[in-house]
Amino acid sequence: MSPAERGKIRLDLQLIADMIEPGTRVLDVGCGDGALLDYLQREKRIDGRGMELSQAGVNAAVANGLSVIQGDADTDLAHYPDNSFDYVVLSQTLQATREPRRVLEQMLRVGEHAVVSFPNFAHWQVRARLVFGGRMPETDALPHKWYDTPNIHLCSIDDFRALCAEMGVTIEKALTLSRHGRPLPNLPLPLANLLGGQGLFLLRRR
Amino acid sequence: MDTAVQHPTDTPPGDPLAGLTPAARRALDASHSVWLGPLKLDCGIELARHRVAYRTYGTLNADRSNAALICHALTMDQFVADTNPVTGKEGWWLSLVGPGRPLDISKYFVICANVLGGCMGSTGPLDINPATGGRYNLSFPMVTIRDMVNAQAQLLDHLGIESLFCVVGGSMGGMQVLQWAASYPDRVFAALPIATAARHSAQNIAFHEVGRQAIMADPGWHGGDYGAHGTVPARGLAVARMTAHITYLSESALQRKFGRNLQDRAAVGYSFDADFQVESYLHYQGKSFVERFDANAYLYITRAMDYFDLAAEYGGTLATAFRGSKTRFCVMSFTSDWLFPTHENREVVKALNAVAANVSFVEVETDKGHDAFLLDEPEMFRTLDGFLRGAANARGLK
Repeated sequence: MSPAERGKIRLDLQLIADMIEPGTRVLDVGCGDGALLDYLQREKRIDGRGMELSQAGVNAAVANGLSVIQGDADTDLAHYPDNSFDYVVLSQTLQATREPRRVLEQMLRVGEHAVVSFPNFAHWQVRARLVFGGRMPETDALPHKWYDTPNIHLCSIDDFRALCAEMGVTIEKALTLSRHGRPLPNLPLPLANLLGGQGLFLLRRR
Repeated sequence: MDTAVQHPTDTPPGDPLAGLTPAARRALDASHSVWLGPLKLDCGIELARHRVAYRTYGTLNADRSNAALICHALTMDQFVADTNPVTGKEGWWLSLVGPGRPLDISKYFVICANVLGGCMGSTGPLDINPATGGRYNLSFPMVTIRDMVNAQAQLLDHLGIESLFCVVGGSMGGMQVLQWAASYPDRVFAALPIATAARHSAQNIAFHEVGRQAIMADPGWHGGDYGAHGTVPARGLAVARMTAHITYLSESALQRKFGRNLQDRAAVGYSFDADFQVESYLHYQGKSFVERFDANAYLYITRAMDYFDLAAEYGGTLATAFRGSKTRFCVMSFTSDWLFPTHENREVVKALNAVAANVSFVEVETDKGHDAFLLDEPEMFRTLDGFLRGAANARGLK
């Protein structure tokens, strides 16, 4: 990435970055080319590591001087010791894992906090397309055809909250974002689940 | 580049170079060399002295923080970035070391030493055994990767370098990098083990054994005493090299390069001549290897690789070798490398993760097999360059 591009990051990544305390240890799972890590290292002096499935992403990140390994959230979080990070970030990837609950458990074993964002499958557009269109929903946040989507475990914001309750995980912060990643004003829960394009959660091990 | 010879100040009695082959003498004359020791070996024997032949490129900075050590592979040598005096070929890693390269010699002080047990000027089976006055040959003690690294550490002591900016190496060089990081964690700021493994696999030991048996089966070998008989086990060493060379390539690269193309003929000759280009190529590889490498050294160095099992040195758990390490690691593998496949490299990454070490891992897509690390692989150099830049920033190197 060019120095000019380095100054700012995507809005949803910025919101994640705002949840992270300076000087902490951060593991970004599914870090892509490392844009968030790069930002956090420069702006918040974190000790950052990344994991990314795609070779292109890993190579780009390492070539940018970041510590990133090629790995899979489903299998490779298991190799990290307990409490090795303050934050483990999983941005827009949970729905593509084989065992989302297991991944969350691993994140909160490895890190004290987990930052998780995901597309909300109960967004009104998704509901409308299925209910009135009778077809699998395709939206800005979920652009794939049903037969080639990587998203195998989609959930709604309410589903995610229920899972957190079941796992005994503390929700420290919850943001509802528009489908373009802009934060929506504080909404009552049923409305968040209807109007939110994405959910963004800061979790803590209880 | 500095090519002055540093004459040893305390040469052992007699002519310590008497046993050396003309090739080794030429290598030594074109290198710095120093007598060091004593060196206690893993096999229990202590070498009172050992000679290290090495090359350096660039300048050590005032606070001695810009030294980069390159560890060479099985059949390589200290001539990383200048003309090899034995083969006349240019340096073997010019793509990594040189102006504008990831290890730019205007920024880094690059060191490469011939390994202990080698045949390019460092102490090995060609040397004179002070106890007998004759060449060591097979009476040379068995050496290990750790012995090689300990010998290099003595060289750094001699050069007054307490801490290395980085240690880089592929294949057996990568084994040395891992050993460096485990044995001397405080002396290694960044470690780049490439196309390597924390232990030699059964298949790799098997291929090495084929090579060794080919050498030993050559009537010219004479139990390792070929120097006294005026012979060279050239056939055996060539066959060893031919076998090994196949393992450095990949099935698809061989197919792409040679296919079933015939060598200088329109049809097969119904004989055992080299009908096929791939045969002719291997014959050439074998023949040119014999001209530059010593058979006994090949036996010793392959054995050192076979014995390498880093986890075994640390109670059977590889992660223990790296516990508490502050070193920044960059592990790299190649998709078509079946000698040191990605999963072997990944074992190292898993162990490093298990102790929350600072590690990057990249698998480079290529069909060039194990040898890819020596070839022009833009993806590899882009990654190495980025990693080294990040590490240099962290070390405060300008």
